[in-house]
Amino acid sequence: MLSFDGLVAVCVVYVALLFGIAFLAEKRATEGKAGWLNSPVTYTLSLSIYTTAWTFYGAVGSAVRTGLEFLTIYLGPTLVFIGWFWLLRKMVRIGRAQRITSIADMISSRYGKSGGLAALVTVLAVLGATPYIALQLQSVALSFSAFARPGAFGTPDADQTAVWVAAGLALFTIVFGTRSLDLNERHPGLVSAIAVEAVVKLFALLAVGVFVVWGVADGPADMLARIEASPVSQAPWNGARWLGVTALAAAAILCLPRMFQVLVVENSDERHLATAGWAFPLYLLLISLFVVPIAVVGLGLEGAGSNPDLFVLTVPLALGQDGLALLVFLGGFSAATSMVIVAALALSTMLSNHIIMPIWLQITRHDDPMSGDMRRAALMARRLSILGVMFLGYGYYRLSGGADALADIGLIAFLGVAQILPALLGGILWRGATRVGAALGIGAGFAIWAWLLLLPNLAETGGLIPSVLEAGPFGLSWLSPATPLGLQATDPLLTAMVLSLGVNTFLFIFGSLVSFPSPLERLQGAQFVNVYDHSRPLYGWQGAAGAADDLLIMAQRILGAARAGRLFQQAAEAQGRTGDLPEPTPDFLERLERELSGSVGAATAHAMVAQIIGGASVSVRDLLAVADETAQIMEYSSQLEAKSTELAQTAARLREANTKLTELSRQKDAFLSQISHELRTPMTSIRAFSEILMQADPLDDTARARFSRIIHDESRRLTRLLDDLLDLSVLENGRVTLNEAEARLGDVLDRAIHAAGAQAGDGRLTLERDPEAEDVRLVTDADRLAQVFINLISNAQKYCDAEAPRLSIRVRQLPGRVEVDFTDNGSGIPPRQQALIFEKFARADSATGAPGAGLGLAISREIMARLGGGLVHVPSEKGARFRVRLPGRALRAA
Amino acid sequence: MGGRILLIEDEGNILEAITFILSRAGWEVQGHGNGATALEAVGRVAPDVLVLDVMLPGRSGLEILRDLRAAPATAGLPVLMLTAKGQAKDRETAMELGANAYLTKPFSNAELLATVSRLAEAPAGTDGV
Repeated sequence: MLSFDGLVAVCVVYVALLFGIAFLAEKRATEGKAGWLNSPVTYTLSLSIYTTAWTFYGAVGSAVRTGLEFLTIYLGPTLVFIGWFWLLRKMVRIGRAQRITSIADMISSRYGKSGGLAALVTVLAVLGATPYIALQLQSVALSFSAFARPGAFGTPDADQTAVWVAAGLALFTIVFGTRSLDLNERHPGLVSAIAVEAVVKLFALLAVGVFVVWGVADGPADMLARIEASPVSQAPWNGARWLGVTALAAAAILCLPRMFQVLVVENSDERHLATAGWAFPLYLLLISLFVVPIAVVGLGLEGAGSNPDLFVLTVPLALGQDGLALLVFLGGFSAATSMVIVAALALSTMLSNHIIMPIWLQITRHDDPMSGDMRRAALMARRLSILGVMFLGYGYYRLSGGADALADIGLIAFLGVAQILPALLGGILWRGATRVGAALGIGAGFAIWAWLLLLPNLAETGGLIPSVLEAGPFGLSWLSPATPLGLQATDPLLTAMVLSLGVNTFLFIFGSLVSFPSPLERLQGAQFVNVYDHSRPLYGWQGAAGAADDLLIMAQRILGAARAGRLFQQAAEAQGRTGDLPEPTPDFLERLERELSGSVGAATAHAMVAQIIGGASVSVRDLLAVADETAQIMEYSSQLEAKSTELAQTAARLREANTKLTELSRQKDAFLSQISHELRTPMTSIRAFSEILMQADPLDDTARARFSRIIHDESRRLTRLLDDLLDLSVLENGRVTLNEAEARLGDVLDRAIHAAGAQAGDGRLTLERDPEAEDVRLVTDADRLAQVFINLISNAQKYCDAEAPRLSIRVRQLPGRVEVDFTDNGSGIPPRQQALIFEKFARADSATGAPGAGLGLAISREIMARLGGGLVHVPSEKGARFRVRLPGRALRAA
Repeated sequence: MGGRILLIEDEGNILEAITFILSRAGWEVQGHGNGATALEAVGRVAPDVLVLDVMLPGRSGLEILRDLRAAPATAGLPVLMLTAKGQAKDRETAMELGANAYLTKPFSNAELLATVSRLAEAPAGTDGV
């Protein structure tokens, strides 16, 4: 057997080798010479972190205890890779299109970038993974102690070993996992080291298998015979458990944070998944091929020890195959370390992104995510998270004291992360899934799982709070994990699985159906479910090289040919290239984006560059940012539009005002012209006759009297006209003073009729009245109202062309008003003139030579407006009808 | 001084005054108060001078003048336009349409007589009626 020192030395050399490979791969990737790194084989091998030390060593132990049941752990993923390949492909596509950084980010992104949901998934993942990491540390420590014997360094102390292993792994993860902050960047160094480890562990198991089949047994036939004879083949078949564990393993491969990391985040080319679709199941087949033979041989071997979980190591050791044993040790070491590294990487990403950074941002209120300070803080958060995860794992290992119960933790952890499955599948396949549903489902499933499985396991391993768990909280036995809902669970795992996933799924669907998604959630839902409509496949790094052309064309469009050409040439020179086109390195892309963003806005620039480089589809966040920018531009342009509309409106108003002024001016001219006419006409008669009277020629008395009479009448007409004009002016300017007092309508009419000289028998015009109806009490300016009535009566006197002119005056009381209709029996007002009669100086053609300036109706209408009523012409069959409307306020209750 | 004058004027008092003034000066005056039938009156009376008011019910004096000038029989008839609108624009319009003289109301009797006499003596290069 090797000395402990020798073993340590081998480990150190092996780890140094891994460091070297990782460095090399990192360097080649940076130089753009991906080579074998960017191959489907590397991708498939990196997926093998699924087989941890737990399966590397534990599968044989499981076979010894429960026969072929260990196969379920491999069957689940195999079924997923073969039967649900489309789902994996969709996940990978979504991961690339949305720049997903972890399973927590995936869930959070789908459900409207929910920070709470991301934190919940993170906590769940950390709780599930911590015992698992402890398990890996334990297996390394165990294999050390099983293998080594005391040497120069002293006795192999398992705890000490675990410390060193944890520290080494933390260092490795920090070095290769947090080299840069680009969330989207893969970790080629880390992945290639894991691929190498995958080869080592497969090779080790195959070597032991070949050794036991052909070295211990006499080939396959003998081996089969031995298996038949061994108790392994007699193990009872438990169908429910097979089904349950297979399903659980299938869920785990989709939900485990570390699997998500290698499957989605580290995927560099979608086509690699197609190879992995058959190659990964093959890997699983190979790694499980010799499990049963090793178990059978181990059981029949004296020196293999009592712990079947270590048969893989103890069988070669017992048979003196030190070299083979060392290989197995390295295989187990590889299985443990690769799992821990990737788990630590994935968990640290989640922890720092969804728990530490949000809190840090809350505290510091930094709003510029690209500031150097912020980047340093994020990197520091990532590194501290890795250390934290490692410390948790180690702490749990110490707490559990390396108890056997750790072996169960694998499946318990599976069920823990499986709580994400309903929200994950629902999010990818069902647009109706909502944040509320996801949170309810995950939360409830998580709680049930923790209560039924995690806490009892912690209690068992750490001796914590067993009494409460035994009796149930508050003495409620149906809440006890041992007898959930009063069931006497024969298989706690299956019971917990059915309960937690059942409640989880139900609440997820129920919550989704009763809640309404936010717009962002709706958008993301569509992006996830219909991811193939929104994104292009990603084809490796080589795709970027040809993109420089496209970038130049795009840049020319935006920056102009000269400026774009200069930019590209400078970059090419700086890179030491001979052509005009630079390699699209991150530095160059960043600079290009900066230049573009000056013209089109940062978000748009980013989206355009992203569209060309790497094929990563534009994320919803990008689109929203672009929409924001566009909205700003549209806002600006709509402001301009509003301004120009305003200008147009102002111009229209000015034109309108001008037209109005012109019209007013025209009206003023017409009015003055009318006044001139109305004044000059009587003055003409007056002057003519007065000159005649002044002349020496004798006139007879009759003529003299007649001419004097005309002069007198015409001067009175002038006076009346001037009175009317003043009256109208006063009324129109609103300077009129109303002397409102109580009056009776009939009295006002009497006065008007008398003034117009239209009393019965006094004139040609016959009046028809209804004294009863006229008995209405009013509060109004009776003089002004009488003026209106006089005007209407004298109009009838002047214009009614009937043989026996009649004017009927009808009073009607209506709710809230009184109407007085003046209707004559003449031929009425021709329709052509009806629109004009209220205009100043308008006179009907049929004027029977009656004097009047044509201001009467205009004045009457103004008066009625002042009195709060109105005066309208009512078109009627026969005769002219004017309606005087008196307002309700003029009425006085009789 | 003799001759026939047709006076088209809707204001009764003015019609009476002008008729009296011109009659006393020896003119034979025919009065007519409606614009719409003014052309018929011109044809019937065949005046030596036409005194035409602008503001007439039925038809404006300016329209009547245009029709008179358009008809060969009356194209040369001396026309004196009377208007109560004192604006220069009205006068121009009337002269452009072919009025021979233009008086703004109120006018003096002497002015009226002198203008009518002048029109009757020098009938603007036409054969008269």
